[in-house]
Amino acid sequence: MNLSRMLDRDRTIAKPGFSRWMVPPAALCIHLCIGQAYAFSVFNLPMTKLIGITQSAPNDWKLTELGWIFSIAIFFLGASAALLGRWVEEGGPRRAMFAAGVCWAAGFFIAALGVYSHTLWIVYLGYGFFGGLGLGLGYISPVSTLIKWFPDRPGMATGMAIMGFGGGALIASPLSVWLLQRFSTPTHVGVAETFIALGCIYFVFMMVGAAIVRVPASNWKPAGYAPPEVAQKLITKNDVFVYDAIKTPQFWLIWWVLCLNVTAGIGVLSQASAMSQEMFPGHVTALAAAGFVGLLSLFNMIGRFFWASTSDYIGRKNTYFCFFAIGTVLYALVPWTGAAGSVSLFVLCFVVIMSMYGGGFATVPAYLKDMFGTRYVGAIHGWLITAWSMAGVFGPVLVNYIREYQIDHGVPKAQAYNTTMYIMAGLLVVGFVCNFFITAVHHRFHMKAGREAEMAPVGAGAARKAIGA
Amino acid sequence: MASANPNTTTTLQLVLAWSFIGIPLAWGVLQTLDNAMNLFR
Repeated sequence: MNLSRMLDRDRTIAKPGFSRWMVPPAALCIHLCIGQAYAFSVFNLPMTKLIGITQSAPNDWKLTELGWIFSIAIFFLGASAALLGRWVEEGGPRRAMFAAGVCWAAGFFIAALGVYSHTLWIVYLGYGFFGGLGLGLGYISPVSTLIKWFPDRPGMATGMAIMGFGGGALIASPLSVWLLQRFSTPTHVGVAETFIALGCIYFVFMMVGAAIVRVPASNWKPAGYAPPEVAQKLITKNDVFVYDAIKTPQFWLIWWVLCLNVTAGIGVLSQASAMSQEMFPGHVTALAAAGFVGLLSLFNMIGRFFWASTSDYIGRKNTYFCFFAIGTVLYALVPWTGAAGSVSLFVLCFVVIMSMYGGGFATVPAYLKDMFGTRYVGAIHGWLITAWSMAGVFGPVLVNYIREYQIDHGVPKAQAYNTTMYIMAGLLVVGFVCNFFITAVHHRFHMKAGREAEMAPVGAGAARKAIGA
Repeated sequence: MASANPNTTTTLQLVLAWSFIGIPLAWGVLQTLDNAMNLFR
């Protein structure tokens, strides 16, 4: 059968009797794989010893050069999510998941070629460009499908998928270490072989996800679910076209809400190991600091499911108010935990902060759905991901530079993070204000019946005919 | 008697699908927890 036909949206329409609980595993197949990106740092050190094997040789790659691999991948994640969002939305989840799987696996294979030939630009092209495309396509591909399957609990549904992105690192980190040990010999660092193995494993996983994913028929709704008769204040019953959505102040307010929440979290995450050791010298060893980083990753994952599910009950706006209010208090408390020498309170503050960092990512698709409707939510989410790319640069830079500045001006290392914590608390106050100003989208942005027909995706008519609508 | 709908998702299919993603995820969580215990040792 023609592959293109197999990937068509029409062929993914669920027949009566299909359980919607098959869709979250399909989404998780994708997100658990692309979540590997958070664990890419596992390869940094081995890739600086590809020639020298036991220690870096003069011709070996430098850590600063390798840092660009992740940065390029995150850049293309944002770019592809923004630019290909409409294609993902209209082509259907199976086509997007298939494309994401091919790009993600190809990224690993090309990067392996770069490692074999010790040519860094090939690694940039592989993991950075192709991997980045896979990340962007994979990240947004299941979002709108899950929202359509779970109109009664959209936060929980997207939270489950996006939890996979956090969980992917928990699997990839020990898996990569194990594979590196298997493939390394006294004369060879097994990075290339590990990349090939990971590419194969992830390809299979993502193809399984693409195979089992289904979209609901247009007239489908969960048993016993009655959509609200009238639109609630911040939950629209209308749809907004993707390029109209990005013209609304609401989109940019949510963009800043996400950007500020992520900036605060990602800055800490990038410096967690060093920070815990420097704030508690003699109490937190390097091994314990690695455990601390692991704990943060775990709460990052748990928070995605917990907060997104909670948002179904308390509302998206209130959920973000919680992130910003609780986060501000906790960031302001961190210097006090350092002064008091309380490692337990320090850890407690950061696990809650990390849960809200993850929760911010997972709650935002449902927030967009509430504001702009379900029709183009995946594509709008794609544009919003650029906030993550921006925060990915700002957060770590902010933490690093303020720390350097403090130490250069004679502040002891144990207190060098205090100002950073107060600045992070300040960022969250700004986020609180942005969230406060979010109101319902003006009706002039809503899609009109005529325009809807004009923008209808190719094959939509055939799809409606197939389900008898 | 009406025959069962051949398109109905079976419990076995659900168990297989959730196990496919649940087992690796549980392994990753256990590895992370094991590592995190170093913080309290």
